[in-house]
Amino acid sequence: MITLEHVRKTYKVSKRDAGFSSAFKALFHKEYEYIHALNDVSFTILDGEMVGYIGPNGAGKSSTIKILSGILTPEEGICLVDGLIPWKNRIEYVRNIGVVFGQRSQLWWDVPVLDSFELLREIYRIPESTYRRNLEQLTNMLDLSQLLKTPVRQLSLGQRMRCEIAASLLHDPRILFLDEPTIGLDAVSKLAVRDFIRKLNQDKNTTVILTTHDMQDIEALTDRIILIGKGKILLDGTIDDIRKDYDSTEEALAAFYRSHQI
Amino acid sequence: MKLYMKYFSIHLKSIMEYKSSFILTCIGQFLVSFNVFLGIHFMFQRFSSVEGFTYAEVLLCFSVTLMEFTLAEAVARGFDGFGSIVRNGEFDRILVRPRGEILQVLGSRIEFSRIGRILQAVVMFVYGVTVSQVKWNLPKVLTVILMLAGGTAVFSGLFLIYASICFFTLEGLEFMNIFTDGAREYGKYPVCIYGKRVLQLCTFVVPYALIQYYPLLNLLDRGKPFYSLLPLAACLFPVPCLLLWKIGVRHYTSSGS
Amino acid sequence: MKSYRKYLAFFRLRFSVGLQYRTAALAGIVTQFVWGSMEVLMFRAFYRSDPGSFPMTLSATCSYVWLQQAFLALFMAWMMENEIFDSIVNGNIAYELCRPVNLYSMWYARSLANRFSKAVLRCLPILVFAFFVPAPYGLMLPESPGTFLLFLFTLFAGTGVTTAFCMLVYMVSFFTISPAGIRMVAVSVVEFFAGAVIPIPFFPNGVRRVFELLPFASMQNVPLRIYSGDLTGRAMLDAAALQLFWLAALVLLGRLLNALAMKKVTVQGG
Repeated sequence: MITLEHVRKTYKVSKRDAGFSSAFKALFHKEYEYIHALNDVSFTILDGEMVGYIGPNGAGKSSTIKILSGILTPEEGICLVDGLIPWKNRIEYVRNIGVVFGQRSQLWWDVPVLDSFELLREIYRIPESTYRRNLEQLTNMLDLSQLLKTPVRQLSLGQRMRCEIAASLLHDPRILFLDEPTIGLDAVSKLAVRDFIRKLNQDKNTTVILTTHDMQDIEALTDRIILIGKGKILLDGTIDDIRKDYDSTEEALAAFYRSHQI
Repeated sequence: MKLYMKYFSIHLKSIMEYKSSFILTCIGQFLVSFNVFLGIHFMFQRFSSVEGFTYAEVLLCFSVTLMEFTLAEAVARGFDGFGSIVRNGEFDRILVRPRGEILQVLGSRIEFSRIGRILQAVVMFVYGVTVSQVKWNLPKVLTVILMLAGGTAVFSGLFLIYASICFFTLEGLEFMNIFTDGAREYGKYPVCIYGKRVLQLCTFVVPYALIQYYPLLNLLDRGKPFYSLLPLAACLFPVPCLLLWKIGVRHYTSSGS
Repeated sequence: MKSYRKYLAFFRLRFSVGLQYRTAALAGIVTQFVWGSMEVLMFRAFYRSDPGSFPMTLSATCSYVWLQQAFLALFMAWMMENEIFDSIVNGNIAYELCRPVNLYSMWYARSLANRFSKAVLRCLPILVFAFFVPAPYGLMLPESPGTFLLFLFTLFAGTGVTTAFCMLVYMVSFFTISPAGIRMVAVSVVEFFAGAVIPIPFFPNGVRRVFELLPFASMQNVPLRIYSGDLTGRAMLDAAALQLFWLAALVLLGRLLNALAMKKVTVQGG
């Protein structure tokens, strides 16, 4: 179970105007601006839930994901995941989570995919039998058998994303964070990825938290959405809560953003 | 250790994808630090000694320093590319994995072409020891071993400082070159030739002299017995460096940059 | 003449980009100052050990060292442009070929602009510092205005020769699988023969006479020794003439390789 209570995160950003004189002044005296990335954020996610975490760019999505995955420390508030505080005892905590950053790769560019998997087996100290079982399962579900022997640089984006997802699941995480997993994928790959996530959630009861700008991902996968804007939770409910009379979810969402001026 | 070997083999496989380019780069690396040796060689064609050190003695000093530096490079130069690891968000990935950060950083950057440099350091070391005219005995051999251990510790610590600074700023890192590449460059001569102030700096601030000048005197039968143990003190140098790294990681996780 | 304006614009762009990274520039200045001090201290040690074997005066040697640090950006062969190597390796060179300019001239001008903008940004503080270092360890004034003018002239010519040599390395990169390896070897060779490791006068006389004829001696060796008064009279003029000869020869060779490389690129499609 994931619990966030009154979590606050503020960034200090140095402010500098253009021009030589202000650049000169900045040498001696720096002015700072405070940006409230997360402003009193609270929510609870139960085991086995699949949640879409959405919001415009810069709303605080990735700050939340970073806090939940132990990369970022908030100044205030409580965050408990399965009884652990992510940023304390980082190493113990991250054994139980899997993270896919859609824009970055965790696979080694010049060697076959399988070599990257073997390295991950070592990093997570996955027992041989578990590794074999998971690898076989993931290979079947994501249709990887042709890809495992190929160097990553020769894979298409869609093929690579399937391998990335598999790489994040080899160690049986109870929670999976997906940060824009379908970005840049073609239609076939998108469908394959969505199918897989749904199956994973059903079969293994893995908790999935998904950030995306693609409303079709949300419609296809999640019942519950958490919508964040300017560091605040604006909505915690279902798609139908914003959908109302609009033709498409996209339009509904745009209208929602506009009405909240975010 | 097993994990590091795993990193090692995956790097090796990557390299093998570009074999001939790899070999050429190795040769390049081999030649690069050869210049320093030639510089010493030609200076001593003109001068018979510097501050009482002969050519053979300077060569011994140079070859030990080069070996220390190269060993540290082999272990810790992975920190060299740390700026890019921070910039492209690779460090986030490292943080979501259940292993120590330092091991992962070192594992993610292993430069095999440095083999060229290691080879060169070994050649220089053997040459330096052979021409040095030192009458070797057990205490002297132990002194050299201590020098190598302490030197590797000091240079590794410096690389760690370099990486820790990357957490705070990616600008102005050139400055750190004074302490790493600069130390290798100027460590070719015993530190004392640069004058008393430099010697003091190199004793109390960054302990180069503890791994170079003082134990060297003992090898040449000019020092005091306890000089041989000074490299042990230098082995403590990485401790504050590690502290700085921890502070850096904390800063990273609280600023999220 | 129009193209000249284009390159000037490029210089200005580089210069203002350089200005933005003030911390980096400051760090560079400090680094070079420390580097120069260590070098001076090293020569001092050798001078004390045996002043009779010193081939230049101590103060000329120190001036040489300070100028070397101040104008590092003009002469260091390792300051080649990664962008150019990258574009050769990954094939982006195709875009460059679409532009209506000669590749050689464009890269040459770019490299020059790059070097000068860096040097202008960094040299003054180091020179000023070095002037205040007490004699004989600091930077002395040149002997006469004439010497200074010839120093400036050979400084430009030397930069031209260095850049022309780097152009050769870029061009050779078209024909090799490992530009990185070639580059490393080339840089080591230049550093050694140009007098970056130890100034050329410090080499034994026989070796020195050969080195002085090589193109590498036409890089930093000539201007720095003219300034410090080590090269005078007839030898000074000869060295300057030799610089011009090497500049012409290297550029010619570079253009030849450029033509061959272009043929290769267009035939093999990069």
